[in-house]
Amino acid sequence: MVDLQKVFYSGLALLAIALHGWGLASAGPAGLAFGGCATLVLGGALMCLWERSVVRSAFSLMATFTGCAGFFILLGADFVGMAQILIYVGGILALLLFGVMLSPPDMAERKLARVGGGLLVMGLGVAWVSAKVAASVKWAQLPADELPAPSTKAEDIGIAFIAPDQYVVPFELAAVLLTVALVAAVYIARRRISDFTAEPDQGGR
Amino acid sequence: MLINQPNLVLDSAPAAAESGNVTLHFLQGVAPEAVPAWLLPVAAAGVSVGVVIGMISVIAMLCVWLERKISGHIQCRYGPMYAGGWHGWAQTIADGVKLLMKEDMVPSGADRALFMMAPAIVLGAIFGAFVAMPLSPDFYFADINLGVFFILGMSSLTTIGVVMSGWASNSKWSLYGAMREAAQVVAYEIPLGISLMVALIVAGTFNLREASALQGDWFGMGWFVFKNPLFMIPASILFFISALAETKRAPFDLPEAESELVAGFLTEYSGIRWSFFFMEEYAAMYLMSLVASVFFFGGFQSPFTYLAIEQFGADSFIANLVGAVTLIVKSMFGICLMMWVRWTLPRVRIDQVMTMGYKYLTPLSLICVLGAAVWEAII
Repeated sequence: MVDLQKVFYSGLALLAIALHGWGLASAGPAGLAFGGCATLVLGGALMCLWERSVVRSAFSLMATFTGCAGFFILLGADFVGMAQILIYVGGILALLLFGVMLSPPDMAERKLARVGGGLLVMGLGVAWVSAKVAASVKWAQLPADELPAPSTKAEDIGIAFIAPDQYVVPFELAAVLLTVALVAAVYIARRRISDFTAEPDQGGR
Repeated sequence: MLINQPNLVLDSAPAAAESGNVTLHFLQGVAPEAVPAWLLPVAAAGVSVGVVIGMISVIAMLCVWLERKISGHIQCRYGPMYAGGWHGWAQTIADGVKLLMKEDMVPSGADRALFMMAPAIVLGAIFGAFVAMPLSPDFYFADINLGVFFILGMSSLTTIGVVMSGWASNSKWSLYGAMREAAQVVAYEIPLGISLMVALIVAGTFNLREASALQGDWFGMGWFVFKNPLFMIPASILFFISALAETKRAPFDLPEAESELVAGFLTEYSGIRWSFFFMEEYAAMYLMSLVASVFFFGGFQSPFTYLAIEQFGADSFIANLVGAVTLIVKSMFGICLMMWVRWTLPRVRIDQVMTMGYKYLTPLSLICVLGAAVWEAII
């Protein structure tokens, strides 16, 4: 019987080496940083699918989120990258963990066969889409150097959010939507005083 | 293709020379011609990381000793007096050697990989945050335009490490500690960020170096807390309380409450891995004190720095040295304040912690932001 866990992690290590080598070969040390971020994103995502324990899956998302932030920073979008870490890792992942953490390690395991089948289907789908995209892009004609460098300064982002002729309306609408969702969640989850009094005594749960 | 874009951070050597760090400048000055150009940023990054780790380790060791002395004197005793001779100054070194010698134990029921990874994540994240911290006008590692954002993001990574340690230990005390940590940090990150936003409104910049430089007027006393006292003084108090909760310091040390949870998320750890968590706690205290010094209390500006700049020029070594010493002394004052609070106040209950965070600190900090914005718009 082959130890699937060992095979998976060896594959992950090979993937990491391949990504780093490809990055170093195509763009020097910056490519090495790209390879590192790509390893984090892909490795984290694969581990999230592969791991049998829900909590370990959730922890592996940390690598994915951090790697995404690394991509943003490598592309010069510092603000988005740091917001990614602050919101996704510091907020969303902490809440996610809060939800799944109370599952005990042995009961939280998922059936490997189903996960394996899902992985296979997903891998095929991703490969198909990537092949389609790769075939449709005219690699030689990409005008990377001719594009005007997009402004990623925090000041410009802030001005874009409050200038009346730019994004102020969508921004405020999103804020209102979020507030409504928050109030609604509180309304649904709240316990009325009658809930407390009506509850029979469970006799020391 | 994607990675050949011109605005890549590491790729462009001229841009790195403009915004790069001191070690890179130094290395560019001394490196022989034969060294390839791409090696210098990598080497500079390595040297910077080494300097940061060395600095934080020394500060953390000093703080452990200081904590024991201060707690001793608050309780009318001396604290460590023996190791090293003068007031037990070598006590932490002796403790460190002892911790290194102890057996590195992993409980049999623990999730081995996560259990061993958690201290590394916690410590790595807090060290990463220090990279954005400038000590003086010319002594900094990375002049990040969004320095505060970077620091807050990195210090929120440590939460994940603590939660990981609590779950991986497979012990109910650890799990409760981790749950408390997650709930507490999510609650207190909001007032922490918002009270810092008050300072950002006054400063007008996210960059810690620029923010420090802006406070050099009024003979080095043009601190942000004096420029907008009506809202900045309450904001600094709110920041201090939130920072206490964020760094798990008493009266908010619920995640490791030793009278309720044995040692919380630290219960199953021993030896050097345990000491990593401890080092993180002191490094986080130092970090929060530094951020408070920069955004509320003048950064590296003081009358001494003002005099040094007047006398020797802003670029001189002496002005930089005085600035760095000023900032470190200010942050040490903050650390001593945190210790004083810890040994004075009893621990609060977990529901009181939540109530305080959500019902009092968050609305108060929002009021401060509103007031500071109106103040800045009028004046």
